[in-house]
Amino acid sequence: MKVSERWLRRWIDPAVDTATLADNLTALGLEVDDVESAKPAFEKIVVARIASCAQHPDADRLRVCQVEYGEAEPAQVVCGAPNAREGLVTALACVGGRMPNGMKIKKAKLRGVQSFGMLCSASELELATDHSGIMELASDAPVGTDLAEWLSLDDAIIDVDLTPDRADCLSVRGLARDLSALHDLPVSTPDIRPVTTTIDDVLAVEIDEHSACARFTGRIVRGVDMRAPVSTDIVERLRRAGVRAISPGVDVTNHVMLELGQPMHAFDLDKLRGGIRVRLAKAGEPLVLLDGREVELDAQTTVIADDSGAIAIAGVMGGASTAIDDNTTNVFLESALFLPAEIIGKPRRYGCHTESSHRFERGVDPEGQHEALEAATALLQDIAGGQAGPITEAVIESRLPVKQTVLLRSSRLARILGVPVDDNDVSRILERLGIRCEATDGGWKVTPPSHRWDLAIEEDYIEEVGRVRGFDSLPRTLPALQPSFRAQPESRLHELASKRLLASRGYQEVVTYSFVDGERQALLRADLDSLTLPNPISSELGVMRTTLVLGLIDTWRINASRQQDSLRLFETGLRFMPTAEDAQLSVTHGDDIQIDDSVRQQSLIAGLITGRRTAEHWNSSADDVGFFDLKSDVEALFAQASGAEVSFVVAEHPMLHPGQAATVMLHDEKVGYLGALNPMLQAPLDLPGQAYVFELSMAALRKACLPVAEELSRFPHVRRDVAVVLEEAVTHDDILACVRRAAPAILKDTRLFDLYRGDGLPDGHKSIALSLILQDVSRTLVDAEADEAMASVLQGLAADLNAHIRG
Amino acid sequence: MSDPLNLDALVADARTRITDAQSLDALEDARVALLGKKGSLTAALKQVGTLSKEEKPAAGQAVNRAKQTVQGLLDDRHLVLDNARLAEKLASDAVDVTLPGAPPPAGGLHPITLTIERIASLFEQIGFESVVGPEIEDDHHNFEALNFPPDHPARQMHDTFWFDANRLLRTHTSSVQIRHMRSHTPPLRIIAPGRVYRCDSDMTHSPMFHQVEGLLVDRNVGLTDLMGHLEGFLKRFFDQDDCDIRFRPSYFPFTEPSAEVDIRIGGGSWMEVLGSGIVHPNVFKSVGIDNEEWSGYAFGLGVERLAMLRYGVKDLRQFFENDVRFLKQFHVSGVGA
Repeated sequence: MKVSERWLRRWIDPAVDTATLADNLTALGLEVDDVESAKPAFEKIVVARIASCAQHPDADRLRVCQVEYGEAEPAQVVCGAPNAREGLVTALACVGGRMPNGMKIKKAKLRGVQSFGMLCSASELELATDHSGIMELASDAPVGTDLAEWLSLDDAIIDVDLTPDRADCLSVRGLARDLSALHDLPVSTPDIRPVTTTIDDVLAVEIDEHSACARFTGRIVRGVDMRAPVSTDIVERLRRAGVRAISPGVDVTNHVMLELGQPMHAFDLDKLRGGIRVRLAKAGEPLVLLDGREVELDAQTTVIADDSGAIAIAGVMGGASTAIDDNTTNVFLESALFLPAEIIGKPRRYGCHTESSHRFERGVDPEGQHEALEAATALLQDIAGGQAGPITEAVIESRLPVKQTVLLRSSRLARILGVPVDDNDVSRILERLGIRCEATDGGWKVTPPSHRWDLAIEEDYIEEVGRVRGFDSLPRTLPALQPSFRAQPESRLHELASKRLLASRGYQEVVTYSFVDGERQALLRADLDSLTLPNPISSELGVMRTTLVLGLIDTWRINASRQQDSLRLFETGLRFMPTAEDAQLSVTHGDDIQIDDSVRQQSLIAGLITGRRTAEHWNSSADDVGFFDLKSDVEALFAQASGAEVSFVVAEHPMLHPGQAATVMLHDEKVGYLGALNPMLQAPLDLPGQAYVFELSMAALRKACLPVAEELSRFPHVRRDVAVVLEEAVTHDDILACVRRAAPAILKDTRLFDLYRGDGLPDGHKSIALSLILQDVSRTLVDAEADEAMASVLQGLAADLNAHIRG
Repeated sequence: MSDPLNLDALVADARTRITDAQSLDALEDARVALLGKKGSLTAALKQVGTLSKEEKPAAGQAVNRAKQTVQGLLDDRHLVLDNARLAEKLASDAVDVTLPGAPPPAGGLHPITLTIERIASLFEQIGFESVVGPEIEDDHHNFEALNFPPDHPARQMHDTFWFDANRLLRTHTSSVQIRHMRSHTPPLRIIAPGRVYRCDSDMTHSPMFHQVEGLLVDRNVGLTDLMGHLEGFLKRFFDQDDCDIRFRPSYFPFTEPSAEVDIRIGGGSWMEVLGSGIVHPNVFKSVGIDNEEWSGYAFGLGVERLAMLRYGVKDLRQFFENDVRFLKQFHVSGVGA
């Protein structure tokens, strides 16, 4: 909310400067976003009077005016405004002056006629949006006076960003009340007295008890002049509050709302058909709003209606059919209480968030309707004349909010704030805030004033005391800690261990959005359903990710477009699965917290490598990364977690190369996959080259093995090498399994140290060389034992895998 | 003194040969020529046998002395030549020590992770434990149990990504408070870092960002404790004792009283860094903690905001664009530590 400092100081005027006043409000919890000067950046603009006005000899639309502006001689000014006329008091930008847009005013010749200055519209001076003609100032405005002085522009506009609980501060009066508590000063409330009624006309008002309305007050005012000028004082107050001046009827209701916090509405009495009824709309009932939009109402919306049907959405916006206009002479003023619970959500529903709805959604003072109506009537009569009728009031007492008295204990106050507060200070602060406060044993019985919707429980009052005292005036303390040991299971690895391992192996961690482009994701994982966001930021961020790989791919693309071609990237985070089924990576597996069965949120770690294996360097080769670089990183991750328990099996995966894809198995569970990105995806995904990716369950990497120490052999091991020729289809895992099966217990380790294909071998065959490490814990092996072990291994390989010794 | 075997001349000749030898091979040749089977001194020794009985002893001794002298000369020269050869080899093994070593692997953690770890390690010092929760939440944990009634205007402060009437992307990490309090009994000290989501995207807003939630529940916890802890944390996080920290009253449905915390470093402008407050009795009620026995504070801080202030990052969006040139700037040991 924006407010003029001068206006605020009419209500309370503490002896502090503008900056301190703003700091005071912030310290009270009424955060000041901005303080700006009320004066637009113009210079040498004065109050001037058009002494005479003649037609320009060469231009139909221009007039040549002689303008009095406080100097001995009037200035000749050429003006094109339609309202330029003899006797008009307006604003003159003098030669040498400057307009807010930076334009300097110089002597000029317009169609051959000299012009010394410029007559200004309110919009040119950035004082209003009206650009239909030059400013029309009060006829008694002193000619020659600086306009800024005449309009009291040496004022600050204070912009307060209020939290939703403080609706009571959405008015000058509300801000003044809080400042009164802070400075321990009384508020100078203007004298609002009932106006004298001079006519007896009343309009019948009826409230439906299911509607949002708890109180409705209204009155007829006849014989008003809606063309009467509104004083610059009022117009300026409205402007500084960010509200446009429109007409006496609208300006008066806005002024009262800004000052007292009570939204109001003025109907054109002659456009009303019969009495007023506040009721729920009929489903589908139509209404044309003030802004010209036609809406269809729903049955939960409260409307103001007459015999013709709905004429306003209660507390939100008036209707076009009963709006006041320049010709209006008789008005019906409304000042009502609509309850927040029923108004909430309606502005959003109808797409019209107004000053009125903003206040009613948060709660206006349930006792403020009469006073506001009297204040508005007085102001309207002041501006536009008219005869006021008596106030009609309809109220449903049972729906008025009941203010609860609660106990505020001084012990609780001290505990929650952390320090005790002097009893006298407490009652003084509360009373200044309008809180009824009755001392009792160990505290006070406190009752909130009608305008405070946010005070209900003891803690609410504690906060009031704390914020008026000033949080920053309280000491800082440190709560005592009883240290205790926390479980630190060694069978669980911290996620950071995996991240650090990858970082040390050259991977850069990235953080990408959890929502991705659904179409691109389907190119990777068409086999998975994804959750759609009904209100995404954009369609490229329209679905929740089911794989982290797309984020890595898109990060790769961005970096490749910036000449960063060799990358190792990884990311950790959740994927979101509408079903618990994924044929590639088990979803049910894991210890992530779930909200229900409708969506599985699974913690993953994924990586992507592409480009050179090592950075370009005079002493290293220029090879590109490949499948086994990736696999080595995945093996390293599991090596520090669950060790040798994982196995890699051939996989068929939609995003991976059919010949370079593996599933990672941990105890019969698919805990991840790795491989070359399928080259078929390069065109549709617009990939800059070849990359290799892995994606693993974080839960699998969190499981660590507790080491159990084994006895070391004190006797030397024996190494025997064996080279055999095998068919291509036989895998390394097949060979190892066969060797382990065939060898005696003295086999400690088997290592593949050479793999050969090519000359000297039959087609479709490969030669492999293995070293067998043989050892016994209790004695030195003799040659015969080693020979025997070798023989059984060779026999096994020959029998099971059709291997022959290479020779 | 007589020199029947002309040993003086032999030794003089040997000295010349040895001195002239310029390589170990040449020196070996000289050794063979002097002391080898057919060498001149070997020949002289053989000649001793032809001398008279009287002459033999003296001549034999003279030859042995000459041989020793020559051997000494050979050894000395060998040492000189060997040293020279070693020096030559070392000279040829020299490298350009200014050539660059192999570059280290270019990996590192994201500044968001580093910042979260820094925050976590500071709170671990005072007994806080890190916990996590789901990112798709239900209305109950994200709003209702945190004392946001349905349709309350406070909900409008959160531009929420809804999936349906119940499920949403969590708008804050405060939902983890509820889950933790339901499954644990006080006293509690936790922080909960993680991703949060708001339906808002521009220069200064990202639809996804990170928060760290904090919750402390104990006997007799008050606002001054909250201020003491958070002020201490901010000073240590920024490594600055001379920064201004301001607590101003605010409103969050799940805390009462509530305070926003602003920081001002080096006379700059106030920057809002976190929201905090004393746990609202309705929140304790919803998780079954006795409000009279226990009290607590909670806070939520914006990780990106802290990282931007700490490391001078100007544009929030850089964190999610992941240009590796940007990210590599954080590969400095100590960052985040």
